[in-house]
Amino acid sequence: MFDATTLLVWTLLGFLILCAVASTVVKSLLTTTLIFMSYSLVMSIIWLFLESPDLAGTEAAVGAGVTTILFFVTYNKIKALDKKKKEEADKESEADKNEDDNT
Amino acid sequence: MDYILNHYYEIASMILFGIGLMGLLLHNNLVKKAIGLNIMDTAVYLYLASRGFVFGRVAPILGDNLSPDAAQYINPIPAGLVLTGIVVSVSTTAFFLALIQRLYKKYHTLNLDEIMIKSKQEKEGE
Amino acid sequence: MEEKEKKQLSSVPEKHNAFVDWVNGEERPKTEKKVIRENIRRPKKEKKEDEIKNYRKFKKVYIGLAIAMCCAFIVLLLVVVNFDPSFGIIDAPTNNEVSAKYIEDGLADTGATNVIASMILDYRAFDTLGESTVLFSAVAAVIILLRRDEEKRNAKEQAEFDKETAVIKEETLTEEKYPNIILQVISKFVIPIIFIFGIYVVLNGHLSPGGGFSGGAIIGAGLILYAVSFGDRKAKKFFNFKIFTAITSGALLTYAGLKCYSFYTGANHLHSIISTGTPGAILSGGLILPLNICVGFIVACTMFGFYKLFSKGEI
Repeated sequence: MFDATTLLVWTLLGFLILCAVASTVVKSLLTTTLIFMSYSLVMSIIWLFLESPDLAGTEAAVGAGVTTILFFVTYNKIKALDKKKKEEADKESEADKNEDDNT
Repeated sequence: MDYILNHYYEIASMILFGIGLMGLLLHNNLVKKAIGLNIMDTAVYLYLASRGFVFGRVAPILGDNLSPDAAQYINPIPAGLVLTGIVVSVSTTAFFLALIQRLYKKYHTLNLDEIMIKSKQEKEGE
Repeated sequence: MEEKEKKQLSSVPEKHNAFVDWVNGEERPKTEKKVIRENIRRPKKEKKEDEIKNYRKFKKVYIGLAIAMCCAFIVLLLVVVNFDPSFGIIDAPTNNEVSAKYIEDGLADTGATNVIASMILDYRAFDTLGESTVLFSAVAAVIILLRRDEEKRNAKEQAEFDKETAVIKEETLTEEKYPNIILQVISKFVIPIIFIFGIYVVLNGHLSPGGGFSGGAIIGAGLILYAVSFGDRKAKKFFNFKIFTAITSGALLTYAGLKCYSFYTGANHLHSIISTGTPGAILSGGLILPLNICVGFIVACTMFGFYKLFSKGEI
């Protein structure tokens, strides 16, 4: 009844659900993105179990490649990763607000 | 038990869709909403691609087979639909992230509650 | 002295005699506290606090409703899935004559051995045109949102724009002053291999798994690696905004033009000039090879454009 392929697929699907739950529960943004990248990679392997090599290649290149890079570049722009840079940005925005109030 | 044995892909994809939907609706952080949307997308693709699989058949790439028999290959139609969907999903994610950058530039926060309160205060001040 | 007293008197509100007011016909005798409270105006602050309180109440209701609706939705989906046909059985209703026709007649009609490529680029090529348009419009929308260019701004926005320009210039200068040596040495080996692999996947789309989308994403990833490791100035030498617009618009219009020829010959029952060739050769499959190249160009430029707009604000 339970052959090796079915058990392996069940393990991979369980890992997918675990990754999805973990990436929404974790507090730090960096950890969320890395878990999302591994979610995309396991998804790409599952496409191979469903006998679609086109989808596997596309998902690996697009999901675990370009989407994660876009997330990291966004974090760089909004200074969400580096604590020092974030404090500097907050101080600048408060200084701008005080200037507006005074003028 | 029959239920799980016959439908495990579908059950997994529905659970993933639910997780993504809850993440999209309930988180306050905008980036987590984007990740929830992406998880919903991939869950739907998993459901579609599992509809085309048949046990014992192979991928629809004809090698030297000049007269193919339809009983040897899996159904190629859902794979074609998912291929388009994957690329559309990356476009949507990129657009969402661009909007997040512009919102951050104006309000200096990623929290949706604070953005709503600040925008209401700005409307009052006008 | 008299002026000071007059000023003091005018700033204090007049004391009403409560009894006299009651006799005059007002409903209730006003106490002093009420009179002082009425004279001080606080309309705006109360409105703001009301709005914020309303929003917080709405938020609580929203969270309760969202959890209830999501749980009901998931339970409903899990129950409905039971009525689907089993996973992987032979006589599932989705395996009907349409898929049989694509598999059996695909090689004879189109000349491509990859059935999925012949399906999305020959039988259903209109859908792929729509998908390329979606990519193009996504890049156009991100350009509208994020591109920093010369336009008339008022003083405050001009100050912010100048600050951003200074930050970006500083980043570019540090990139060139302290180059990332490990990345550069390894990229010199890896980037040509990535490009050759990407071009191989695009060109062999009709013979083996792959096609325009995967190959384009691989080439785009190679371009991003080049821009990250060698800096902005070197990447601008072969990829600036004019080349970007020329390649994306040109590829989309070429795709539409080639498909117009197919529609024309199909509608008038003419035989098309382009032959299907021998199965298994690279120059086979009719129009599938040029269409794959167009889609590959669009996807590669789009991925690189997204990265450039996000990090530098201009392509």
